Amino acid sequence: MVKNQKVKISNMGFELNITKRFGKENSHTLEESLKDGAYESLKKALTMTPEEIINLVIDSGLRGRGGAGFPAGRKWSFIPKNTDSPVYLVVNGDEGEPGTFKDRYIMRHDPHLLLEGIAIAAQATGVKTAYIYIRGEFYREYNVLREAIKEAREAGYLGENFLESGGTMNIFVHRGAGAYICGEETGLLSSIEGKPGKPKLKPPFPAIKGLFGCPTVINNVETLANVPSIIANGAEWYKNLGLNGKCGTRIFCISGHVKKPGIVELPMGMNLKEVIYDVAGGIRNNKKLKAVIPGGCSAPILYPDEIDIPHDFDSLAKAGSMAGSAGVIVIDEDSDIVEMAHKIAHFYAHESCGQCSQCREGTGWLSKLVEKIYLGKATVEEVDLLEDVTTNMMQQTVCVLSDAAAMSIGALVKKFREDFKSKCQ
Amino acid sequence: MSEINLTENQKKELDEMIKDYPEPGAVVIPALHMMQYAHGYITPEICKVVGEYIKVPPVKVYETAMFYTMFNKKPVGKYHLQICNNVSCSLLGSEKLIKHMEKILKIKPGETSEDNLFTLTAVECLGSCGTAPVMMVNDDYYENMSIEKLDKLIEDLKNGKKPEGEDK
Repeated sequence: MVKNQKVKISNMGFELNITKRFGKENSHTLEESLKDGAYESLKKALTMTPEEIINLVIDSGLRGRGGAGFPAGRKWSFIPKNTDSPVYLVVNGDEGEPGTFKDRYIMRHDPHLLLEGIAIAAQATGVKTAYIYIRGEFYREYNVLREAIKEAREAGYLGENFLESGGTMNIFVHRGAGAYICGEETGLLSSIEGKPGKPKLKPPFPAIKGLFGCPTVINNVETLANVPSIIANGAEWYKNLGLNGKCGTRIFCISGHVKKPGIVELPMGMNLKEVIYDVAGGIRNNKKLKAVIPGGCSAPILYPDEIDIPHDFDSLAKAGSMAGSAGVIVIDEDSDIVEMAHKIAHFYAHESCGQCSQCREGTGWLSKLVEKIYLGKATVEEVDLLEDVTTNMMQQTVCVLSDAAAMSIGALVKKFREDFKSKCQ
Repeated sequence: MSEINLTENQKKELDEMIKDYPEPGAVVIPALHMMQYAHGYITPEICKVVGEYIKVPPVKVYETAMFYTMFNKKPVGKYHLQICNNVSCSLLGSEKLIKHMEKILKIKPGETSEDNLFTLTAVECLGSCGTAPVMMVNDDYYENMSIEKLDKLIEDLKNGKKPEGEDK
């Protein structure tokens, strides 16, 4: 039996969309899901044309929840119409960005919501086969999904002639094996193909040439989990879930030094300071706030006086950071920023796939330099060198892992230069 | 390790897996997971028998196996303890937990205890930062860890009891 009382924190009175069934007894079973209206949106979608579905999702303002925030409906519209080739849908459930832990809960507590979202997206894009790529460590969620797919197939909601539509909807779960880079969409495709998860050069974009060389849609788990409610309630309803003109809700992942860490679904555009102080209870042990990473560890760090802003893709980009995966990492005054930089730099060096030299050498160099500073063996000049290395790692490589490492470490050095210098000889 | 052959069940499982994909190469990672459950770690010989059966060059299978951290390159203990040492977990004391494990198990990260009961690994983010610090024992998560909980867990494992993770 799956319960979720421990991680669920107060919803502050806002309307829940994706997480509303979390914590209910047996919420992952088909029987309980059907009682709450599962697959009704799919039935409705089967009465719509692909264009109608795509336009509705475009109108809703749904943006990709994996981190980049690309409009989901527009992504679907890039798939060629009437192609002879099979079209694949790949669901990104790799969830490797440090500070992010939302998709795991969706897959565990409401797998049928995800399956329904997949089936609707498939209707919009001419897909008959979808693969859910789940990170290898999520073994329990892998089994939950497999069981959910089996149940839905046996009851006729998926598979051949699903819901007597005459169509086919096959969904498979594919387990990864521990590589952050497989969260990058083309690295993920390489991984499903059985290869090392090395990203591919774009163009061609996956919409034209993706999995097994065929047109491929790639969406994050949370993105697809939003789709059934948009079909059911319409674009206007969805838009109105957000604040300050932003659309929908977002599952925030709050970790670090807060009193109430965990996931919580909040309106898109919710004030970041309110998320930390009102929703997550503020800083634990009555400490002062030192810094916040607002969107997973790749997002540039913010000072306490920079967090009184709406948490959405555009506002955070304007503030010099990014909303990313909404992984909010809260850091108190006692924390050693250089130690944190050491962990982050080591992470990127460990996870670089190694195919581009700027990334392979750059992340390795960053990691060694930060370690040297952390161990007190560096000179003050090497702090400047560290910043210099980060500026030479941007926009040089096949994927953005190198940029993410550079942005993250670069912001730490820029904003906490004195912390770095104080450790030097 | 003695000579590796695929069992009839493993062949059957591979035949089933291949049906889910248009190309046999796609079963490389699922196949390696299956073989690791059977043998504990991945060797060139395992890659050879898998590759030959699914008709993918064994060297390609081996290349993939070497790329992914979840595939063990050498034998691990009965309990593989993987403790997250990334940002959120380290903010909440994962480093102390690792040091404590080193002390009580008398092994360093990357090593296996003499009795082959425990392998200790410090790993990157496990995707459970809201319940940091977090660790895994084989396929299961243990969350909101502390020195006390760790002591209890290790004691239980030594007594052959694998407690349910506080993974709700």
